[in-house]
Amino acid sequence: MRRNPTLRMLGVLLLLSLPLLLAGCSSALLDPKGQIGEEQRTLILTAFGLMQIVVIPVIVMTLLFAWRYRRGNKDATYSPDWSHSTKIEAVVWFIPCVIILFLAVLTWYTSHSLDPHKAIAPDESQQEPMEIQAVSLDWKWLFIYPEQGIATVNEVAFPADTPVRFRVSSGSVMNSFFIPRLGSQIYAMAGMDNDVHLIANKTGTYAGRSTNYSGAGFSEMTFQAQVGTQEEFDAWVEEVKASSNSLSFPKGYYELVTPSVNNGVKYFSDVPSSLYEQILKSFHAGGNHAEYLEKYVDESAREAIGHGSGHSEDHGDDHGDEQGGESESHSDSESQGESMSAEAAE
Amino acid sequence: MATDTLSNHEDHAHEHDHHDTAGTKIFGFWIYLMSDLVIFGSLFATYAVLLGGTAGGPSGADIFALDLILVSTFLLLVSSFTYGMAVLAMNADQVDKVKKWLVITFLLGAGFIGIEVYEFQHLIHEGFGPDRSAFLSAFFTLVGTHGLHVTFGLIWIAVMLIQLQQKGLTDMTRPRIMCLSLFWHFLDIIWICVFSFVYLMGVL
Amino acid sequence: MFGKLTLDAVPLGEPIIMVTVAAIVLGGLGIVGAITYFKKWGYLWREWITSVDHKKLGIMYFLVALVMLLRGFADAIMMRSQLAMASAGAEGFLPPSHYDQIFTAHGVIMIFFVAMPMVIGLMNLVVPLQIGARDVAFPFMNNLSFWLFAGGVILVNVSLFVGEFAKTGWLAYAPLSGKEYSPGVGVDYWIWALQISGIGTTLTGINFFVTILKMRTKGMTLFRMPIFTWTSLCTNALIIASFPILTATIALLTLDRYLGFHFFTTDFGGNMMMYVNLIWAWGHPEVYILILPAFGVFSEVISTFARKRLFGYGTMVWATVAITFLSFIVWLHHFFTMGAGANVNAFFGIATMIIAIPTGVKIFNWLFTMYRGSLEFTSPVLWTLGFIITFTLGGMTGVMLAVPAANFVLHNSLFVIAHFHNVIIGGVVFGMLAGLTFWFPKAFGFTLDEKWGKRSFWCWVIGFYVAFMPLYVLSFFGAVRRMQSYENGDWQPLMIVAWVGALIIAAGIACTVIQFIVSIRDRKKNADVTGDPWDGRTLEWSTSSPAPFYNFAHEPEVNDLDDFWDRKQRNNGKSPLSTPPYQDIHMPKDTWEGPVLGLLATVFGFALVWHIWWLAIVGGIGTFAVFMARVFREDVDYYVPAAEVERIEREHQQRVEMQA
Repeated sequence: MRRNPTLRMLGVLLLLSLPLLLAGCSSALLDPKGQIGEEQRTLILTAFGLMQIVVIPVIVMTLLFAWRYRRGNKDATYSPDWSHSTKIEAVVWFIPCVIILFLAVLTWYTSHSLDPHKAIAPDESQQEPMEIQAVSLDWKWLFIYPEQGIATVNEVAFPADTPVRFRVSSGSVMNSFFIPRLGSQIYAMAGMDNDVHLIANKTGTYAGRSTNYSGAGFSEMTFQAQVGTQEEFDAWVEEVKASSNSLSFPKGYYELVTPSVNNGVKYFSDVPSSLYEQILKSFHAGGNHAEYLEKYVDESAREAIGHGSGHSEDHGDDHGDEQGGESESHSDSESQGESMSAEAAE
Repeated sequence: MATDTLSNHEDHAHEHDHHDTAGTKIFGFWIYLMSDLVIFGSLFATYAVLLGGTAGGPSGADIFALDLILVSTFLLLVSSFTYGMAVLAMNADQVDKVKKWLVITFLLGAGFIGIEVYEFQHLIHEGFGPDRSAFLSAFFTLVGTHGLHVTFGLIWIAVMLIQLQQKGLTDMTRPRIMCLSLFWHFLDIIWICVFSFVYLMGVL
Repeated sequence: MFGKLTLDAVPLGEPIIMVTVAAIVLGGLGIVGAITYFKKWGYLWREWITSVDHKKLGIMYFLVALVMLLRGFADAIMMRSQLAMASAGAEGFLPPSHYDQIFTAHGVIMIFFVAMPMVIGLMNLVVPLQIGARDVAFPFMNNLSFWLFAGGVILVNVSLFVGEFAKTGWLAYAPLSGKEYSPGVGVDYWIWALQISGIGTTLTGINFFVTILKMRTKGMTLFRMPIFTWTSLCTNALIIASFPILTATIALLTLDRYLGFHFFTTDFGGNMMMYVNLIWAWGHPEVYILILPAFGVFSEVISTFARKRLFGYGTMVWATVAITFLSFIVWLHHFFTMGAGANVNAFFGIATMIIAIPTGVKIFNWLFTMYRGSLEFTSPVLWTLGFIITFTLGGMTGVMLAVPAANFVLHNSLFVIAHFHNVIIGGVVFGMLAGLTFWFPKAFGFTLDEKWGKRSFWCWVIGFYVAFMPLYVLSFFGAVRRMQSYENGDWQPLMIVAWVGALIIAAGIACTVIQFIVSIRDRKKNADVTGDPWDGRTLEWSTSSPAPFYNFAHEPEVNDLDDFWDRKQRNNGKSPLSTPPYQDIHMPKDTWEGPVLGLLATVFGFALVWHIWWLAIVGGIGTFAVFMARVFREDVDYYVPAAEVERIEREHQQRVEMQA
């Protein structure tokens, strides 16, 4: 009796959320914009469907058996010592085995066909994939275009229908590079050169972010992926090239390494072509990451921003007001962030 | 009917419901050793992964003094033998002999630890401490964990010597000497792995 | 003098924390005052704190677990409230520095200090009784295990008001948990709380493994062991094989943080992915450590209340053993997105799916245990039915996550959160609450109130679906775990639904609390006089409730699985009572060393968290000294005189006769 009001409430809540459930187009994974994402959607739905062969009977049998063999039911057979049937046991081993066999084949096949390291060959043109290097920093994304000699923060652009090879690494802790509408994510790890091949088949602006928790500024560690036509992309490159900012290594780069939250978009027109390799190398034998960090990044700034210890600090939007002059580089990056957004808006 | 199954088993009852009987203790200690083996397994795996992580610092070949290690290996292997003699003496109920062999085992073990401390101290002095590189971190941790175990073994031997002095060979001391025996031989086996996997393969 | 510890460590500026602290302090003072007023300190010390009785230790584990459930759930409510608010630029009421501690603490508390003590508590209470033993193999060690575990609990709770807790996520992935990126004491609290309680758990594992293999009563061969004992055996095997990996991993992280080693650092040759590998090499078996005993509970519950033999006992056992082995070769599925090769990913993906086969078989076996049974809808049965349906769904989403190519888009999203709550709430929590209701009379001598138990069930099961189904949906929108706020305002309605779900679960927890109060009030009415309230099948029901401290007056002998049930059938359905003559019973003595060692270990851990080296030395030497005291102690056991046994047994028999 008691559950009826609760159930009714549940029903009301479900009704409320129904429009959202139906709004498939706002679902990044069910409405992907690229080949990889599409194949993954199909895979998820196939796996889901296959497992219904077991899931639905189990649920039905649970309810059916429980009701049929309830204590009060005089019609049901009761055999207290019946505890073995080779036939039933054979069936209950066989069915899961068959389904898992199907899934295993599917897994083996898709693990290879959707291997993030595997280059995409689009149907029409057998182009070489375009290379973009992504480096996760505290807490922003640095994108380097080695061919164009430019770099950006928190905005990445590439033409539609062009396979892109993202080389992904980190200048800090581990993150994960993910554009939900396009498919596969991949970990960004300091000193390691990871990669993921993606393609966008429709133009548009897609949200991207780090999915692997990396500290205080993690929630805002997002970026925009601008997918346009080749002409639009070329125009974008020109726009970046027009920026007056340049990014040197190690000085300029380590200024960027300084932790900051809520970063806007920033363009760099002049970037050393081997920047990505230098970042990787800074963590390897003979690398100078620790030394550079000490030299270029103010320790107090690093602690104040939140990889540090204090529990009373607020790293939200209003932290500038609260901390004000407490940490110079911190408020620097904050104002940088703001001016960057302004620039992007232009 | 029911009293059949619930009736008493006089002889059996006192044997079976004893807690901490020798057999259970030794079996339990075996299981503990297996869990310790997992710790060493993790450390060996870590060492293998970090073998190349020298970060521009020395590799095994640069720092291992095999002659010294051979001496310490010899000390530990002989100590396993002398401990075996102690157990044989225990089985023959010869307390004094047990103590004598335990003292010899202790001295050999202490010699092993002495050499290890010297080796570590020497490396740190040279600037090749565990904070120099991941490889050295793994080396110090693996070898040091074994050394720490041997040190505990030494303390245990000392405790057993005191207890043998106080109580002689009793139901309490006998299983402990057996467990310590397992522990000591176990450390010997671990050391053989350390010696071949770390030192020999490092130098070759 | 006090290392890094200064008055600043107390977060006076955080109202939420200070109110909590005030409540804890006032509540604590109230309890201490009450104990002093009623002069119960001596009783507590003699009967509980120093007790080596596995049943009392089991009760204490469960008690701590329920208290910590409240704390862990408070964290959950705060997280859900934050996410219901912090949408589209709104910041909510928890800044990241606080929110990040909360989700870390929630995970750590729920796994280590709620689920683990429930599982271990239930094993303590039930396993020796099921195998007809008088105690565990190493009773002193059992007490020590509990107090080491309690030390970990104390450290986690102290971190609430002295300093901070880790802001790293419950597994403290390196390098985020390294000194460079987490210089505060939070990770150090995490390290020492887990290290100390983890050693306690390893000792428990060894203890129960040996107990089950060495202390079984006459005639109980391995394949006559009750299924809960079987699952406990497998769980303990997993503990023995996996917890040392955790110990080693945490020790390496400790060396990194305290002595500047380079195991998991980004530079100097360190390898952060080794941390991730090691922690999951423990972490995945840990999942099965929790779920296997829950499987055991459901098996006992369903066969008892269907009044029918468990269908396919042998299959159940082998399925459990298969899961035990497989759980060690699937750890990489937690990080497919690391970018290992396709072959490696496919191997681990398929290995993971294979676990679904024995698990699926178990589910069918429960169904066929109900088939042709006579099922009584008690609250343990409701928990079991809720489990079968919920766990099947959770298993399905688990298999989806195990497909590497699908995992590339689902990893780190709310899908993962929904999945593991699906299996942990639907499996472990339901199982432990079913087990609690089922074996409560054996521990206390009266049954729990059914009405409130059923209310609790309905709140939990409905609350679960309302709270976590939206998270599955949100994951398809691209919502990820551990976000303190999110830009996309479209997600907010579902986040609010999830928040409502959490409130319904809160009502379920409230029902459980009321259930305890009501049941204690009505304890006379609900008394379990015979010791066999459910018409049980296994040996624990053959002795009185609560079981006497020596468990069995005579060592039982079994000739079959469900031997006790058969014996009742031969005795007109009645449980046979023990008969004279009785013998002296050999029992272990209580121990003061266990709690003192636990306390010293806690002091040692606290000192190391704050770099108070002298105190650490004091704690270390103290631990050693007390341990030596134990080593040299000889009066560790005694005999209960036969007359005393007879007196206790006769009392029980008189009660049974009076009722009849």
